Amino acid sequence: MSKTTDLIQLSAVNFAYGQSKIFRNLDVGFAAGKVTAIMGGSGSGKTTILKLIGGQVRPQQGSVKCEASVVNQMKHHELFAYRKRVGMLFQFGALFTDLNVFDNVAFPLREQTSLPEVAIRDLVLMKLHAVGLRGASSLMPAQLSGGMARRVALARAIALDPSLMLYDEPFTGLDPISTAITGNLIRTLNDALGITSIFVTHDIKASFKVADEVVLLSRGAVTARGTPSDLLESKDPLVRQFVNGEVDGPVPFHVPSKPYQEDLEVGMGRTDL
Amino acid sequence: MTFFRQILSRLGRATINSIWRLGEASVFMARVVSRSSIVLRRPRLLVAEIHFAGVLSLVIIIVSGLFVGLVLGLQGYETLKRYGSTGAVGTLVALSLVRELGPVVAALLFASRAGSAITAKIGIMKTTEQLSAMEMMAVDPHARVVAPMFWGGFISMPLLAAIFSAMGIIGGYLITVVVIGVDSGAFWSQMQSSVDFHHDILNGVIKSVVFGAAVSAIAVYEGYASVPTAEGVSRAVTRTVVTSALAVLALDFVLTAFMFTGAH
Repeated sequence: MSKTTDLIQLSAVNFAYGQSKIFRNLDVGFAAGKVTAIMGGSGSGKTTILKLIGGQVRPQQGSVKCEASVVNQMKHHELFAYRKRVGMLFQFGALFTDLNVFDNVAFPLREQTSLPEVAIRDLVLMKLHAVGLRGASSLMPAQLSGGMARRVALARAIALDPSLMLYDEPFTGLDPISTAITGNLIRTLNDALGITSIFVTHDIKASFKVADEVVLLSRGAVTARGTPSDLLESKDPLVRQFVNGEVDGPVPFHVPSKPYQEDLEVGMGRTDL
Repeated sequence: MTFFRQILSRLGRATINSIWRLGEASVFMARVVSRSSIVLRRPRLLVAEIHFAGVLSLVIIIVSGLFVGLVLGLQGYETLKRYGSTGAVGTLVALSLVRELGPVVAALLFASRAGSAITAKIGIMKTTEQLSAMEMMAVDPHARVVAPMFWGGFISMPLLAAIFSAMGIIGGYLITVVVIGVDSGAFWSQMQSSVDFHHDILNGVIKSVVFGAAVSAIAVYEGYASVPTAEGVSRAVTRTVVTSALAVLALDFVLTAFMFTGAH
């Protein structure tokens, strides 16, 4: 993938939450117009990449670029102008619980545009129709299943017709049908709207079906990237362990600790440990 | 020596943390106030928050005010009876309420009912990523969520204190005039002649405005700064009630010292 076609480019990014280092000199780009899946174990920094792209957190060093703009150097109003072009689907939807489905989807339109209510109504119904939930417009978020809530959140995220969509764990907690529907929506919306999509997931089956490219993260660095078939055919032990879901391998089953026998001796009369 | 050093170190850490939090809260409130023009541009948001903080607190304020007035009337009557001046019970009830009990008790009830609700609402919005979602939609939660809540509380509190005082006076009237049989004319006329608008009522209103600002600011800040977990929100709600109560009592002392000391 040529770097010139990248919409998003993270260069030499160092990032830590307090003392906990997440990335050291991370370099990764995301191609324009493609669906890219970011995968990796828990704590590998997948969601942090989305937060860096969305400007929710700033790297201690390095840059996060969207086309020519450096996201981590934007001022408050520049960041908000940039975010109008970015849609984000949160892990559990993050729907506003005091608003019904219609008002949730209408929220960004009412806040960011001066469109008349008639036009907003039509736009909301179009977005809800795109995710198959036009008939649920009067329901409250508490009345929705997990999959439906995710789809409403997706309709809300695309309300302002973003050019970049970020999805945080879109398949988590969904049944197989909802997973397939969500995956299909990610692909269809990307192609129909001509946007760029980046999603973070653990779900190999669903993501390999949807993604053009997969980025595999481990210990704060990109350990592999390529098309889903590239990764399926990879001989890299880490990729194989991740793709096949093997219990032990380069990522050990046991957290580093003192030898097992030595630890058990504490219970056999040794109190000096 | 090590023990004292540990105590000193903990004390130092607690002091630094408190100053740091105070600074953070000040920056937060400056941001909220500077983005408050939304309440003028979209008064519906403000009205909704006045309903949330004010109207929904009415029951507890009315009932508590009535009971406080009943007790004040009874206690006042029993004490004044010894001096043969039961007609002054109206004055006693009214002055106690408009100067002190109205603003202070209403503020404590407001902190428990509305302050905790404001903190919990903002805290849960943070925990469920609703505030992050808003930010990602290029909507500033300081302006859209926090500012209307702060001003809603700020406006509601003096009104609730006034209702509390009014209900207290009604309670005092019911117990002393209707039940015990104190002369109605003496009750009202002595109250009218001894309660001064500027010195008593206005100072009481100033107190309730200050308490409203303090409790609302504490409530919105604690909600926004809460750790986004169930336990974090629960701790934030507790901090709101405790800090607000202490702030109200401390502010009351300071304001009373300025307003009433040496006035007569």
